[in-house]
Amino acid sequence: MEVTGPGHDLDVQAIRKDFPILATQMNGKPLTYLDTAATSQKPQSVLDAMDHYYETSNANVHRAAYSLAEAATNALEGARAKVARFIGAGSANEVVFTKNATESLNLVAHAWGSKFLSQGDVVVLSQLEHHANIVPWHQLAASKGIELRWIPVGDDGRLDLTDLDALFDGAKMLAVTAMSNVTGTITPVTELAERAHAAGALVSVDACQYAPHLSLDVQTFGADFVSFSSHKMLGPTGIGVLWGRPEVLDATPPFMGGGGMILDVTMDGFTPAAVPQKFEAGTPAVAEAVGLGAAVDYLDALGMDQVRAHEVALNRYAIEMLTDRFGDSLTIHGPQEPEARGGVLSFALADIHPHDMSQVLNEHGVGVRPGHHCAKPLMRVLGVGATTRASWYVYNDTDDIDVLGDALADAKDFFGL
Amino acid sequence: MSGLEDLYREIILDHYRSPRNRGELAVPPAHRTDGFNPLCGDEIVVYLELDDASKGEGATVTGIKIAGQGCSISQSSASMMSAAVSGKTVAEVRDLTKAFKAMMSIHEEGLEGEPSGEEPVEAPAGDLPLGDLEALRGVVKFPVRIKCATLSWNTLAQNLDETLAG
Ligand SMILES: Cc1ncc(COP(=O)(O)O)c(C=O)c1O
Repeated sequence: MEVTGPGHDLDVQAIRKDFPILATQMNGKPLTYLDTAATSQKPQSVLDAMDHYYETSNANVHRAAYSLAEAATNALEGARAKVARFIGAGSANEVVFTKNATESLNLVAHAWGSKFLSQGDVVVLSQLEHHANIVPWHQLAASKGIELRWIPVGDDGRLDLTDLDALFDGAKMLAVTAMSNVTGTITPVTELAERAHAAGALVSVDACQYAPHLSLDVQTFGADFVSFSSHKMLGPTGIGVLWGRPEVLDATPPFMGGGGMILDVTMDGFTPAAVPQKFEAGTPAVAEAVGLGAAVDYLDALGMDQVRAHEVALNRYAIEMLTDRFGDSLTIHGPQEPEARGGVLSFALADIHPHDMSQVLNEHGVGVRPGHHCAKPLMRVLGVGATTRASWYVYNDTDDIDVLGDALADAKDFFGL
Repeated sequence: MSGLEDLYREIILDHYRSPRNRGELAVPPAHRTDGFNPLCGDEIVVYLELDDASKGEGATVTGIKIAGQGCSISQSSASMMSAAVSGKTVAEVRDLTKAFKAMMSIHEEGLEGEPSGEEPVEAPAGDLPLGDLEALRGVVKFPVRIKCATLSWNTLAQNLDETLAG
């Protein structure tokens, strides 16, 4: 069935042909992939771009004068430029390649935090955060004695901004997600950043779920750091992005030390290279950067506004169809409005435990994720130990959601609930 | 869905829907141990009371209660375990644990007596009758679920060690 909505014209059938894995089977059933929030599938163009790099341009970057090495360097820097344009960065130098969003978020906490935070300083997080944006701050709390404060999540699954002024009072950093990987909640990043800045804090945004699904403009966000992973946005694993405001990146000391990140080294010490090389110690993931560049091209060709419209339409279809079908036995966590969330649906059905649920769904060829989704503080707020999470992207359509609905009905029967 | 019926035998679902020995015991005299499955967030709490910890391996389980939350496999395994170890000595509980884990194809004794060219999964479950617990045998075919089945047993083993250590 075609999804339609205002301004919506993604041709999902054509898109699906670009993703070889979607033609495979799981447990004898056509694969119904509903786990993009964990990692996305990759189009042929991304796979080809990486192969092509290895077949034609592979050499180590930045360190040799022969033409092949220059081609490799150009491939890396070309990818950086594409990412910079994709997120509205002022210059490619504002884009640091890391290994994933987790490393980007750790870089902010450990490198920036090592210089700018000390005993008693306040960092504000939200209860929606992924462990990757919590644990590094807990580490700093343990090593430096910083204080963590939490923006609460209301019953509607949104951030409750009632006490924001008090939370921000004296804060040095706001570290907040732009979109929850559990509830799909899209947070008011621009407003949060304005208010945090007014209170004198810097702002680090976890855009790991946002960047793949909504048009991301770092200028509109108004944050100081923005982190995301390639593998959730059609690109390969092994590469992530940290965008930083130029003056903030300049002021932040290097994270890891090694080759590629220095201007000079003597027996007495070292001088770091300029941004972004300062943060890219060691041989970078060049083929992965090329793959990410191809993923950005693919998304650009679709248009991020179309991607978003498609996912809102799927949200609406899923929420309406599943509520219709399962009534009170279904609980959907997070905001109930399709527009207030990304393409992520965490739910509970009857009393079926998510682990059991996903086992039954597996028999139907449906891949969803059970568990705490690396957001245990949020699980405690929601009052559950785990949820079942289905998530969608450009290659999913309402047929996939129908298959999910049938599989859920089967699970209900099977467990006699 | 024959595969699923292997996993979710009727007796498992029965223990899941009506768990035995569910609840808490006063601490002390009981000892409480929390077990976590970090992968899925399941959490099992084992309350255990021995008649006299100074008897060591000869002490008898006089009380066991299970709390926490988890999937049907972890919950039913905990329920069956609680029924199976009540009234047993510590030594018997350890043997039963070993037999259960052997059924889950986990052999903690290491490599000694390694069978050559034999099917490792079908290792004998010792000479102890596992009773209802046999129903969990199907879990072996679903490797990611083995941790669900063994969570309560590992928590119990830790509890025993802590209790005996005083
Ligand atoms: C919101 C959010 N932040 C951070 C991460 C960490 O991403 P990665 O595992 O790619 O480092 C994830 C992915 O699981 C996520 O969903």
